[in-house]
Amino acid sequence: MSIPTNLKYSKSHEWVKPEADGTVTVGISHHAQELLGDMVFIELPEVGRVLKQKEECAVAESVKAAADVYSPISGEVTAVNSPLVDEPGKINEDAYSAWLFKLKPSNTAELDGLLDAVAYAELVESEDH
Amino acid sequence: MLKMTPLNQTHRDMNAKMVDFGGWDMPLHYGSQLDEHHKVRQDAGMFDVSHMLSVDIKGDNVRGFLRQLVANNVDKLALPGKALYSCMLTPQAGIIDDLIIYFLSEAWFRIVVNAGTADKDVAWMLKKRDELAPNLEITPRRDLAMIAVQGPNARAKVWQVIPDSQSATEELKQFQSAVVGQYFIARTGYTGEDGFEIILPAADAPAFWKALHAAGVAPAGLGARDTLRLEAGMNLYGQDMDETKNPLESGLAWTVDLKSERDFVGKQTLLDAAVTHQLVGLVLVDRGVLRGHQQVVGQKDGVEYSGEITSGGFSPTMNQSIALARISARIGIGDEVEVVVRDKKLRAKVVKYPFVRNGKVLV
Repeated sequence: MSIPTNLKYSKSHEWVKPEADGTVTVGISHHAQELLGDMVFIELPEVGRVLKQKEECAVAESVKAAADVYSPISGEVTAVNSPLVDEPGKINEDAYSAWLFKLKPSNTAELDGLLDAVAYAELVESEDH
Repeated sequence: MLKMTPLNQTHRDMNAKMVDFGGWDMPLHYGSQLDEHHKVRQDAGMFDVSHMLSVDIKGDNVRGFLRQLVANNVDKLALPGKALYSCMLTPQAGIIDDLIIYFLSEAWFRIVVNAGTADKDVAWMLKKRDELAPNLEITPRRDLAMIAVQGPNARAKVWQVIPDSQSATEELKQFQSAVVGQYFIARTGYTGEDGFEIILPAADAPAFWKALHAAGVAPAGLGARDTLRLEAGMNLYGQDMDETKNPLESGLAWTVDLKSERDFVGKQTLLDAAVTHQLVGLVLVDRGVLRGHQQVVGQKDGVEYSGEITSGGFSPTMNQSIALARISARIGIGDEVEVVVRDKKLRAKVVKYPFVRNGKVLV
């Protein structure tokens, strides 16, 4: 599966989509769900929680393992994808539409430090070998 | 270098995700572990279990040797073809392995042992053979492959592929087996569903696997095998028991014969043992996933107890998390305990397992 070029990526395999209203949407990458396998449990952060960059803020568990999700940038949680909790398999179906939460960034400069699609593809490639 | 079964290339050709499983290069899944799980519960799936080892014991009075070697009583094996599940113990009653013994004739028994313990099992059998019955011949059969075909439609699909086997195997009850030409067919398994475990020459395994696939049997990997056996409440060696645990604290008292006069390795230790712990089932009440090594905590009658999950995971059939846990013998079925999951304590109910048998939820 190709890596969408309109998104940014963290080294810990979250994707970030800057929205028109200034918020960002966060999910986990296709590569991450592929490593984890069938997803069976999602725990999302509380709306209003203030997160620091790289802070543990959600849990994604598959049949195989539990994985922490880290906030790719600092900011306040403005929305969470609650229906996903009942259908974690949506992440396996399409990791880039099954978002986890939205953030209002507190430091937009952190966005520039994230990986673009090409750099993320290289990271995935290097981890496969 | 990882060890490979005769079906290694076949798995790769079917796009299996391969993993290192105790030194064996084995299929984890062929796309979706959950789909494979459901296929076995509802229709038919097949597992390559050729990493497990068949050990043939032949000679005069094999039965007499096995009476002393294992904790269950091989005198329960009256009819040829009958199988028996048992532990093989150290003198301290630690579990060397759990295995299945097939009685073929008084001069030939076959034992199927776990992959990870195969070398030490054979070494132990040879050592005890030299002490107790030096005339017996013990032969590890790495020339054989083993395929488990499991699910409500598994037997019918096997008969479709090997029609000659139907008359010899359709009357088999659970834990019975028959030899049909080159196939050794047993009505046993590790999923809680009906089906066969079939032992055959390694060279014939790929063609047989492909024929089963063409008959509609879904390939299933170690991932589904683990969730199926956990739902079925079947112990996994190395997780739910090992050489530091005895069968009485591992939910396996039913496999130990302490009533007959016969002596066996580990018997005296078991007779003297004070059993303080038990293996129980847990069903998670709160949201989350139970995993091995999570701690079980709580109080009963004002006294604190502790325990540990030995196997945990998500039950695809029940759509909630279940576990096997070794906890204080003071805890009863129906009690509620707490499990430490990351920074939280989640509530779980103590239940009698199996959780699922023949497609039905039992708890």
